[in-house]
Amino acid sequence: MNYLYKSALLSLLLTINPAQALEFNQLQPAQSTMTFGYRQMGVSMEGKFNRFAAKITFDPAKLSSAAAKIEVYLASIDTGLAEANEEVAGKKWFDVGAYPVARFTSTGIKALGGNRYQATGRLFIKGRTLDVTAPLTFQLDGHRGLFDGSFIIKRTAYAIGTGEWADLDTVADDIQIRFHLVVTASPAVNPVH
Amino acid sequence: MISETTGLPDMTTRYTRTAMTLHWLMALLILVVFPLGLYMHDLKLSPLKLELYSYHKWTGISLLLLAAFRILWRSAHTPPPLPATLPHWQQLASGAVHALLYLLLLTIPMTGWLMSSARGITTVWFGLLPLPDLIGRDKALGQLLGAVHENLNYALLLLVLVHTGAALKHRYIDKDQLLSRMLPGRK
Repeated sequence: MNYLYKSALLSLLLTINPAQALEFNQLQPAQSTMTFGYRQMGVSMEGKFNRFAAKITFDPAKLSSAAAKIEVYLASIDTGLAEANEEVAGKKWFDVGAYPVARFTSTGIKALGGNRYQATGRLFIKGRTLDVTAPLTFQLDGHRGLFDGSFIIKRTAYAIGTGEWADLDTVADDIQIRFHLVVTASPAVNPVH
Repeated sequence: MISETTGLPDMTTRYTRTAMTLHWLMALLILVVFPLGLYMHDLKLSPLKLELYSYHKWTGISLLLLAAFRILWRSAHTPPPLPATLPHWQQLASGAVHALLYLLLLTIPMTGWLMSSARGITTVWFGLLPLPDLIGRDKALGQLLGAVHENLNYALLLLVLVHTGAALKHRYIDKDQLLSRMLPGRK
């Protein structure tokens, strides 16, 4: 075993030393999902966004410096029906031509005990920014951190679905946003002791 | 019920009141749900389209339940005999048409339900009772079931034309009492 190999092994062992604080900051988009649920004519419906990006810094030991900025590319919506995908991209719904991105910017996160947390932030959609609060869980799965949570937005608050679609008997006001984010860690830059 | 003229139970000349109610109620519902299906399919996506699809599904599931009950009822109640003067081939044809009609009354709503399941849109009867999804989400299968549902409906249309055409022929050309077996009240 040559010296280079040994030192590489040594540094690897140091890297995964559990005593060292881990900062979860690399979103794994292919393993993550951003889905939504709503009611249409009394029927629970499901859809998803295929493309989103996130800048996350999360260290369970240092919540005060945790932050998240998540961007969802609205044109990547998949309602399960091509006709509906086309419709919701239009002006009455998301107006993706003018507002291609929905953006969540965190303002804080607090621990609720165990693996439960509550994130607060500002959610921008279609020219409007509103406060949202999302309960979530954080779990460690090997070197991966799993964030799972959901929150409800009112589509009328963002003028999503106007004109003939404003009638809430057909498509209900509540839209549940569900996220499953897989974020891997890189060691936090340790300050000098 | 006893016939005033013959003193024999009406059952021998007429369908039971239950069978008549089921027949005419289902005929009425089919008269609504069939053109509704044709019309809504070509609509541009709109709240109206979503509403009509729901009404179509609710009616279809109601028809499925009525059909199931009707077939059970039919199996327990012998229908009134066909006129003895009816040629043998017409008796056979009548039996075949009725058997096929019963088959379609079951398979058409079933394929609609299956299609909804495959397309990932649960059927919630009258917006209140969610029916189980019979199969998982499968786009290609959903399209196939849509085509099957549509073609079974054209088969139904054809059979209904034969069925009503035969009934009307008996009433207005042969001038026999065949149709009165399915009509209430009149003797």
